[in-house]
Parts: sequence; C-alpha cells; structure tokens
Amino acid sequence: MKRHALSTRIWHWLNLVCLVVLFMSGLTISNAHRRLYWGDWGFAPEQAWLIVPRFPDWMTIPGYYSLAVARDWHILMAWPFALLLLFMWVAMLVNRHFKRDLMTSPSEWKPAAIWHDVVQHLKLNFDHEGGKFNFLQKLAYGLVLGVFLPMMIFSGIAISPGMEPTFGWLVELLGGRQSARSLHFIFAFALFGFFVVHVVLVILAGPIGQIRDMITGGKSDEA
Amino acid sequence: MKRRGFLAVTAAAFVAGCNKIADSDAGSKLLGAAERWHKGAHRLLTDREALAPEYPRSAISPFFRGNGSTDPQNGDYQAQAADNFANWRLEVRGLVDNPMQLSLDNIRRLPQRTQVTRHDCVEGWSAIGEWTGPQLSVILDEAKLRPEVQFIVFRCADKLNGQDYYESVDLIDAYHPQTIIAHKLNGEPLPIRNGAPLRMRIERQLGYKHAKYLTAIEAVASLDDIGEGQGGYWEDRSGYQWYAGI
Repeated sequence: MKRHALSTRIWHWLNLVCLVVLFMSGLTISNAHRRLYWGDWGFAPEQAWLIVPRFPDWMTIPGYYSLAVARDWHILMAWPFALLLLFMWVAMLVNRHFKRDLMTSPSEWKPAAIWHDVVQHLKLNFDHEGGKFNFLQKLAYGLVLGVFLPMMIFSGIAISPGMEPTFGWLVELLGGRQSARSLHFIFAFALFGFFVVHVVLVILAGPIGQIRDMITGGKSDEA
Repeated sequence: MKRRGFLAVTAAAFVAGCNKIADSDAGSKLLGAAERWHKGAHRLLTDREALAPEYPRSAISPFFRGNGSTDPQNGDYQAQAADNFANWRLEVRGLVDNPMQLSLDNIRRLPQRTQVTRHDCVEGWSAIGEWTGPQLSVILDEAKLRPEVQFIVFRCADKLNGQDYYESVDLIDAYHPQTIIAHKLNGEPLPIRNGAPLRMRIERQLGYKHAKYLTAIEAVASLDDIGEGQGGYWEDRSGYQWYAGI
C-alpha cells in the first residue's frame, strides 16, 4: 500500500492551485473594502471591528487593482474547490483514510499525551509510533478538512445575495451577512496560517522525500 | 529578506501566468462561463419568486450610504432637483404595445410595496433601508411586453466618468415581487445621494444593479445593441459580472 492514496495526491495538488488562486484573488476583493463588520450591515470605519491593511499588487490576482477580474477568478475557482472537497471527503470515507489516519481516539486527548506530542514537535522529532499521523497532525488535518475548508464554502455562499432567499438560515447561523464576510476572511487566514506551518514542517522533515511521496505516493513506511 | 524576495518573485510569476490566462480568448471565455454556472445554480436552487430577507424597521441603518454618482451635475438634473422633480418623467418604451410617460404622481398612485431590505455593495459593505414604490411588474403589465422581450434595461439621468449609467435584468428578476421602483427611503422622498427621484431595487443582486436617477425602462430582445453590449455601465466599462447575485 502506498503512503498517500492516489485520490489524496490528486486532491492535494489541485486543491493547492484552487486555494492559491482563491486566496490571492480574495486579497484583491479585500482591497476593495478594507473593513470588516459583525452583524448584518456596516459601511463606516466606526462600525468596523477590523481595518485590514492594503495588500500589495504582487500578492494579488490580478497583479493590479481590478475588483471585476478578481471576482471572475474567485467565482471560477470556487467551483473546482467545492467539488474537489466533496470528492476528497467521499474518497476519505470510502478508502477509510479518515477513520484510519485522521480520527482521534479518546486516549489521544489526554493532556499528558498532547504535551508529549508538542514537545516532540518542538524537538523536531517527527518519528511517530504506530499510526501515520500523531495527534497534532490529526488535529490540524482534521480541522482543515472538517472545519476550515467547509467554512470557506458555507461563509462564501452566505455572502452571495442570490443564494440568500434559499440559504437564509445559513446567513443567520453565521450571524448575518457581514459576520459571514468576516468569517470568510478569518478562515481564509486560518488556512494561510496552516499553509505556512505545513510548509515549514515539510521543509524541516525533509522536503524532497515529502514532496516526492505526495507526487508518486511513496512506499508505506509502516506496513 | 532573501526568502521574501523569493516569495515575491514566485507570486509575481504566478500572477503573470494568471493575467496571461485571463487575457487569452479561452481564458476569458472560461471566466465568463463560471458566472453563468453560478447563475444557473442559483436559478436551479432558488424559486424565481423566492424573497430576499426583509427586516423589522428597528434594523434600519442610521444612515444610508451613497455610492457611485451621489450628486449628478450633467444635463438638467440640478434644475429638476431645484424644481423638486415636478417635471420628472419615467418613460416606458422599447418592445411594448403600450409605451408610457409616467409622472411621479402617476408612480405614487400605483399600488405600493414597502420593504426593509439589505443593500450589498460589490465592494463588500451593506446597509439596511426601507424602500417604497410600485412593483416593476405592475408597470410592465400595463405596458404589455411583446413576446420577444428578454431583458429590461434601466436608463439613468446621471453620467459617471463621462458615460451614461444603465443596467439590465432578465424577466425573472424584472417580475420578482421585491423588484420595485423606489421613490421613498425610510418613509421620506429618496435623497439625491440615493438616486432621487426614482431608483430600482433588485433585491437579490448586488448594488450596481439598483440603477439610480431612473429616467426610462426599456424592453429589449437582446443586450447586443445597448451600450457596449455587456448589459450595464460596470459590465461595459470594467468587466463586472452581468449576473450580480454572487
């Protein structure tokens, strides 16, 4: 058995392309109105809970300020992103990747065990006994796949005025249209934070082997 | 700082690639197709008469921001405003059997709908206001649309950056119960900043669809000969999405 299933590898790289385009075009959209609000409405600085810095052109898609073109890219990539996430969830449940590698057991939630994992991470010791992932990895991947990525889709739908007549309950659940917009932004940056930590850990753990395995599948290291 | 330089170079190369794709024929077709997929999905999932949320009066924002044109200086708009819009006419024309010229009094005498709704600007902000006016469907029925009509075009008195503002919707949104020609905001005559004396409310789409300073309603079979053919001022000028429900 390979270390990474084919479905995982395909999803991983296509999802990366989607997220990069969505994030960078999202930065242009953020530049269009750099304030975030809670509740249903807000337009003035005194109503904002956060004034977002302006993102420079080299970080944004397109590489100049155009809200229309940024929205084109965002609207386009939302489709493959959402459909691929659905595909990944079905694949993870069918090939048992979720149950085997991502689901945590109650014993893993003991403070001593968690502390042990944290210490091992800080010592840059990436050997885990037994399973493919240790607790912190399961927690991180579980949060990303189960909360952060789905939240991007749900909060995205909630910002769309055309969807609100049908999904008004979703907008209410998220605390109103402007709250949904704030959450869309917060989860986007949570994903960016994950991306940075993920890349740093891959580099520390030996990037060539890690990237090769995520392309070819690699050999199972704990058969 | 070297690493940041590397990041910037990688990002710039990626951005340049995206720009190339967007500028290519196939790329721009794909980007346009995505907008149509969203519209199709919205229309599939949402009943054509499904209502945008309406709020209690207590939810009204203390001030309703104006955007785009907020004080038109072109034509005789200022003179009409000084005259309290006494001679303002709303023309109903195009592919209709019964073209009309409606005064503000004519508009006020039609059955009225009052709705407290949220306005979402494409830039990202929102404001809530109470709008009053006749449903567009009442006027379209009176005008008697010909069978070939596909779109309703809204003509405006203001010029933005030297060009006439106009917008358009299809018949599903034109006949939507919340699509009204508003002449009141929060119980008062519409302020100039928000489109006096008449503006559209297209509640399931973003703010740029809600044409202000409305002078004419035009029934057409195609948008090809209207403006640059993309269906609206922002669509023609900056490539904004014609379907503004996303």
